[in-house]
Amino acid sequence: MSDQTPNPAPSARRSILSTLEVDTRLLGMIGAFVVIALAFQMWTGFKAIPDVMNPIAWFSEGRFMTPRNIFNLSIQTVSVAIMATGMVFVIVTRHIDLSVGALLATTTAVMGMTQTQILPNALGLELGHPLIPWITILAGLLTGALIGGFQGYLIGYQAIPAFIVTLGGLLIWRNVAWHMTDGQTIGPLNETYMLFGGINGTLGVFWSWVVGLLAAVASGVGLLLARRNKLRHEFPVKPAWAEGALIAIVVAAILGFVAVMNAYTVPDRVVARDFERWGCEVAEGCTAGYGIPYSVLLLIAVAIVMTVIAQRTRLGRYIFATGGNPDAAELSGINTKLLTVKIFAMVGVLCALGGIVASARLGYHTNDIGILDELRVIAAAVIGGTALAGGVGTIYGAIIGALIMQSLQSGMAMVGVDAPYQNIVVGFVLVLAVWIDIQYRKLSGAK
Amino acid sequence: MTTPLVQMKDVCISFGGVKAVDHVSIDLYPGEVVGLLGHNGAGKSTLIKILSGAYKMDSGEIWIDGKKANIHSPRDSRDHNIETIYQTLALADNLDAASNLFLGRELTTPLGFVDDDRQEAETRKIMARLNPNFKKLKEPVSGLSGGQRQSVAIARAVYFKAKILIMDEPTAALGVHETQMVADLIQELKAQGLGIFLISHDTREMMELCDRVSVMKNGQMIGTERVEDVTEDDILSMIILGKNPKRDAA
Repeated sequence: MSDQTPNPAPSARRSILSTLEVDTRLLGMIGAFVVIALAFQMWTGFKAIPDVMNPIAWFSEGRFMTPRNIFNLSIQTVSVAIMATGMVFVIVTRHIDLSVGALLATTTAVMGMTQTQILPNALGLELGHPLIPWITILAGLLTGALIGGFQGYLIGYQAIPAFIVTLGGLLIWRNVAWHMTDGQTIGPLNETYMLFGGINGTLGVFWSWVVGLLAAVASGVGLLLARRNKLRHEFPVKPAWAEGALIAIVVAAILGFVAVMNAYTVPDRVVARDFERWGCEVAEGCTAGYGIPYSVLLLIAVAIVMTVIAQRTRLGRYIFATGGNPDAAELSGINTKLLTVKIFAMVGVLCALGGIVASARLGYHTNDIGILDELRVIAAAVIGGTALAGGVGTIYGAIIGALIMQSLQSGMAMVGVDAPYQNIVVGFVLVLAVWIDIQYRKLSGAK
Repeated sequence: MTTPLVQMKDVCISFGGVKAVDHVSIDLYPGEVVGLLGHNGAGKSTLIKILSGAYKMDSGEIWIDGKKANIHSPRDSRDHNIETIYQTLALADNLDAASNLFLGRELTTPLGFVDDDRQEAETRKIMARLNPNFKKLKEPVSGLSGGQRQSVAIARAVYFKAKILIMDEPTAALGVHETQMVADLIQELKAQGLGIFLISHDTREMMELCDRVSVMKNGQMIGTERVEDVTEDDILSMIILGKNPKRDAA
């Protein structure tokens, strides 16, 4: 049982990265996102002033990296990103879920019907009753959990391949939604419910700063506590300066994001319509920023919960163990069948959450809501480094994957790329991302 | 006479009409190593997988420590302090050594979260004892050598204080030096009073390590002999011909 693997002398650049203990893959994904953002920034700038041959002017004139566009990108990404976090667990355990878009449609149909018809008509709650949105959301989450759990049961206990079960689910749930609503658009939706849609519900400048500062403090304290815990067990820790630099970067990123969200100002006529909501005494001269949308907060909460599940709980450990070696997991006493049910039920709940955001953003449940979302969600997870062979994947990766996909699409729309070319590019990027990931794994020696 | 640690009585299991294990009985005493020999498909691994809970027997009884035991799952088997080291090294390749060591029995914080730091500390401790060269605690075990992976599997048995250890070809994937380390470890565990079932194809190794050897062929038990009573040739003819020449002569 020898341990003689000679380590090649690390290069200087690599040693800085390893001192900081930064995940190089995370860095790569953020790098890709930054490149895409810069490219679109300059492209949009070039389109604005085509006769000036000055890259710096293009950069400063670009419209991609404006508060308005970053705000829009964030709220457009949320629905797919929420579902993609669940897809990570599905793919990690070597399954696939093709039914997420259809499941989203069924849950939004249930929620649409609940709030506009069932509760007001059958139960006699008048429209606008304060309980309506919450009962609606509960009904949606329950629907998602039940359908997801049932699909998980067929996959886990009846051993029908996930591909088949969810391919069937894709056809079934899309049309169950159609049947429930007779193919009609359901709306308008409840005012409170619509707060989850993005621009309809934001924290405003003051509370955004409060949340941002709390988050900054929490992550700083969290990193320091983790360090102290390591020291207590006498594990090696990174040098203090590296820890400090990491905390500084994290805090700057959080506060920077808040600053951008706050910098997107509410149009004057919107403020004038309801100036008290934006914290003004009078309408004249009142300016306000949107701040962080509730839907983005929801995504952050989902991301934190899912990351904790993945890294800190037995459930998460079993999910990854099962993905790495299903036989070993079963021999270790893990109930892999029940685990499958749990995972698919979780995806169902996340579809319902994604559905809340998607329908609240539109203001309606429509018959084609969530169409092709299954492919966007799978692509987001895969671009984010989730391996279809199982056992490997991260929650943050899936979210960045969703962000990259959305950036490409809205960036191309901004510069006027025709729709078919947009999809061609996205298709190429998907394949390219997986190829890069395979090369990275080869080079870094990981499997 | 001491109570046997394990008694498997008249155990049968069939897979689609094929009797993989056919009315087999075997026992194991504390501080004893019993070797299971036979061709591929003789039923050794199947028999042992019944004891470790991976398969459910069709009929027969298992007695542990003089008490009848119901083993229906790997978890039941672990509850009886039975640990198994599989031929295929049942490790989750994508997880690190500590996660594998504690898989299915994670240490948790008071809030119920997996306590990775404590697990790592415990792993460091036990590895320092079993395999002092073991340093790659943070890496997925896919990056480890066969011997290192095997020591993770063995550490699992030692850490959870197994009383009964099942080793299914523990040295099949190992080099000479590493094989010797496993052999030393078997002696050490035996001295601590563990009972060990050892499966191997290597008759010579078995003669060295075991107290008794049991030979199986076509799902049936040919016979069990003390190693000092037989020669390697006798064992081979039991494996190949399905009978012990000495016994038949007598």
